[in-house]
Amino acid sequence: MKITTEIIDKHGIKPTEYKKIVNLIGKEPNLLELGIFSAMWNEHCSYKSSKKYLKTLPTKNEKVIQGPGENAGVVDIEDDDALVFKIESHNHPSYIEPYQGAATGVGGILRDIFTMGARPIATLNSIHFGNHNHPKTKNLLNGVVSGIGGYGNCIGIPTVGGEVKFDNSYNENILVNAMAVGLVKKNKIFYSKAKGVNQPVIYVGSKTGRDGIHGASMASAEFDENAEEKKLTVQVGDPFTEKLLLEACLELMKDDSIISIQDMGAAGLTSSSVEMASKGNLGIEINLDKIPCREEKMTPYEMMLSESQERMLLILNSGKEENAKKIFDKWGLDFSIIGKTTNSKNLVLNFNRKEVANLPLSSLSSDAPVYERKWKKNLISKKVKLPKDFKSLKISESLKKILMSPNNSEKSWVWEQYDHTVMGDTIQKPGGDSSVIRIHGKNKGVALTVDSSSHYCLADPITGGKQVVCEAWRNLISVGSKPIAITNCLNFGNPEKNEIMGQFVETIDGISQACKYLDFPVVSGNVSFYNETQNKAISPTPTIGGVGLIKNLDYMMTLNLKEIGSYIFVVGKTLGHLWQSEFFREILEIKDGPPPEINLFNEKNNGILIQKLISKKLVNSVHDISSGGMLVALSEMCISGKIGAKIKVPRNNISPHEYLFGEDQSRYLIEINAKNKDEVSEILEKSNIYYEIIGKTQKDCLYLNEECNIKLTDLSKSNSFWFKNFFKEN
Amino acid sequence: MKSSVIVFPGSNCDRDVAVALEKFQIKNQMVWHDESSLPKSDLVVLPGGFSYGDYLRTGCIASKSRIINDVLKHANEGGLVLGICNGFQILIETGLLPGVLLRNKKLRFLSKNVFLRVINVSSKFCLNYNKKNIIELPIAHNEGNYFANDELLKKLEDKNLIAFKYCNEKGDINKTSNPNGSSNNIAGILNDKKNILGMMPHPERLIDPLLSGEDGSIMFESLLT
Repeated sequence: MKITTEIIDKHGIKPTEYKKIVNLIGKEPNLLELGIFSAMWNEHCSYKSSKKYLKTLPTKNEKVIQGPGENAGVVDIEDDDALVFKIESHNHPSYIEPYQGAATGVGGILRDIFTMGARPIATLNSIHFGNHNHPKTKNLLNGVVSGIGGYGNCIGIPTVGGEVKFDNSYNENILVNAMAVGLVKKNKIFYSKAKGVNQPVIYVGSKTGRDGIHGASMASAEFDENAEEKKLTVQVGDPFTEKLLLEACLELMKDDSIISIQDMGAAGLTSSSVEMASKGNLGIEINLDKIPCREEKMTPYEMMLSESQERMLLILNSGKEENAKKIFDKWGLDFSIIGKTTNSKNLVLNFNRKEVANLPLSSLSSDAPVYERKWKKNLISKKVKLPKDFKSLKISESLKKILMSPNNSEKSWVWEQYDHTVMGDTIQKPGGDSSVIRIHGKNKGVALTVDSSSHYCLADPITGGKQVVCEAWRNLISVGSKPIAITNCLNFGNPEKNEIMGQFVETIDGISQACKYLDFPVVSGNVSFYNETQNKAISPTPTIGGVGLIKNLDYMMTLNLKEIGSYIFVVGKTLGHLWQSEFFREILEIKDGPPPEINLFNEKNNGILIQKLISKKLVNSVHDISSGGMLVALSEMCISGKIGAKIKVPRNNISPHEYLFGEDQSRYLIEINAKNKDEVSEILEKSNIYYEIIGKTQKDCLYLNEECNIKLTDLSKSNSFWFKNFFKEN
Repeated sequence: MKSSVIVFPGSNCDRDVAVALEKFQIKNQMVWHDESSLPKSDLVVLPGGFSYGDYLRTGCIASKSRIINDVLKHANEGGLVLGICNGFQILIETGLLPGVLLRNKKLRFLSKNVFLRVINVSSKFCLNYNKKNIIELPIAHNEGNYFANDELLKKLEDKNLIAFKYCNEKGDINKTSNPNGSSNNIAGILNDKKNILGMMPHPERLIDPLLSGEDGSIMFESLLT
């Protein structure tokens, strides 16, 4: 077949890129070779627009065992234990086919974890949908939630946390970001780098079908009006097979049979074979006749580009094949020796005794294009004129309205569809600041959180980038953990547009500043560009997955109020910043203005102080103040603790609305037993940390003044109303 | 006491229940579904999970596994059998327990803590619940809506074969305290000889104060008395 400009275009390859291909390989590629280039050079796999900036992120400290570049990041959690974790997007497929898109998103990220020898212990997710009134939202939400549950529940790994958000900017491009976390012994970590010539290359897992062909390329382009037609590029998941694959791989990993291992994720067999061989500076030869196929008459092109799920590529120590095969036979999985490593530094594919492709591996990996895209500085969103009388709005009604809004409602409708207690180590369930998973058989645990703040990022990407890192840090501190590291999923529009690229560059700048200051490195992640339809891009949405260590679970904290008569402290200074707040958004419908500033110095000091108070056992409960401000945070503490509070706005220069709904950063609410009040105050003063005591806990009601005296049952009803009503389950 | 936990492809609560059994000093062995005979056991546990991916019908393929012959023999000789969640579904498919488990009424997977009233406190599994008969345990299932016709329901009620019913915090058994639509709020049943218990809730998940409760422990303690 002659390669025409039309074929090149269909493969998402630009004319200049095609020229580069011909130069690199010294010939015109055939169709299979072109397909392989398209799979490796697309944005999703090559990071060609983002590479330059990703390099600026801090990725190391003494806790980091493996940073970006492997299947997942690995950090040290002491006693020879290591935590393996990563977050990834599955946005495009989930919009086209929500159940399968979301399910395979979970399946894919789980494989990244157990590929490294770790047993997955938890998954989390961040999902963003369009306006709740948009005709597609209900179906997409329902499909994505059942897809995440369908996969995680079946494989038996608890889905322990996440976030669900709604905003117009996701009307035509939803986001499904899935994070998985696994546990491994420090000396039993497996990597993807191939070693040694003439070692057998093994294919294990499901058979290869025609699903997901060009999935990664699809995810590297904008949607047009025919997005629905892309259904065939969405993979179909089978969590049952993945469970078998998980157990079989972990069983094989008990001895030293495996040299290296990689899952077949985006761009399937192509990217796994290319990455393994090129990391090892070797060549690889594959006999495509040996690929287990689900359908008849599959072509080499289809085999190389299929994104069928639940497959792995292994390189074994020669001689270990038979023993390995026994394990996969036991679990009823395909096991096929499909090739070997070579010293040619080329990818060679044979089919029907003919060589059908021969490409230098460097042309697919290290020589792939890297772009320095033009970018434009973002103008920080301007303040607009405010309605004069907003300070006369009733506080109680505003509060209830915020608690009832889709974004601020409690989300049990969602997480009750996820098995979050399987494996018997979920110590803190969804609904808190972070989830806490016990390390099996020990009295220590890990805290896990996923956060994003696209409103802040759209208004000012630098501050937004900083804020979302700080939010994750704060959530980890609030449950009594020591934050260790993060993984990030960077969701943006089309990077070929200056302003989108600008959002990306500035967001990374913000993330980087905060991570450096807090010593909170990035160890894994992915970039999802082209979340854009007919020129409408999503708001910039960096999603941060954070992990922290609780050395002794006796020191774990929760956010529910514990007892009547204790004091409520606000730690951190309240300035009353209402721009970009939920109050402005939900009550006044104002979406302009700058996000709250982040002062990294205060962030760190306030966080360390909270850790200190927790370590001295002086605190009953902790909750960070985020979306919605202080009063929303306090309401959440009251609702979950079934205890009320009587508070008073301190005398200062700001109005009650600003004090109660302002979203100033770096703040925490803590509940202090009366007997510890003086000691805590003294510690705060000595450490020069700003704080206010705003009131005490009491029975039944949240009381501010005569106008605002709300029964807990009413607060709770408001907060849990929306989802059930949306799905007509009241 | 000796126990065997049967592991099917797709079982995923096998480890959890083994941890619970061992915590209470019950000597446990894991038994692969393809084995032809059970090791000597006083108790056989069919764990929760998605045996065979729930394909065809929940519990259906597992009920035809090789090991099941010996499980049937053990059961018919009066040995103890406990089926939790998917294990309950398998027990129904084998015919050891009557009725069917339909999809939850709201057609959604449901994972949450629920309250249960222990109805029969005389079986070997539930003896110690005579001190505390309103308990809290987690459920996590898609097909836990127990259905029985009127005749069977009458028999279960009359012969005191209902082990647990869903209730609220105060112990009231009614429509609002029924999470999945099951007949008469049934959460678990016994066979005629009361040596076989099938239940949807997961006792093995609440055996530790850190896990927000220990009501599950009482069942394992009962087995030892």
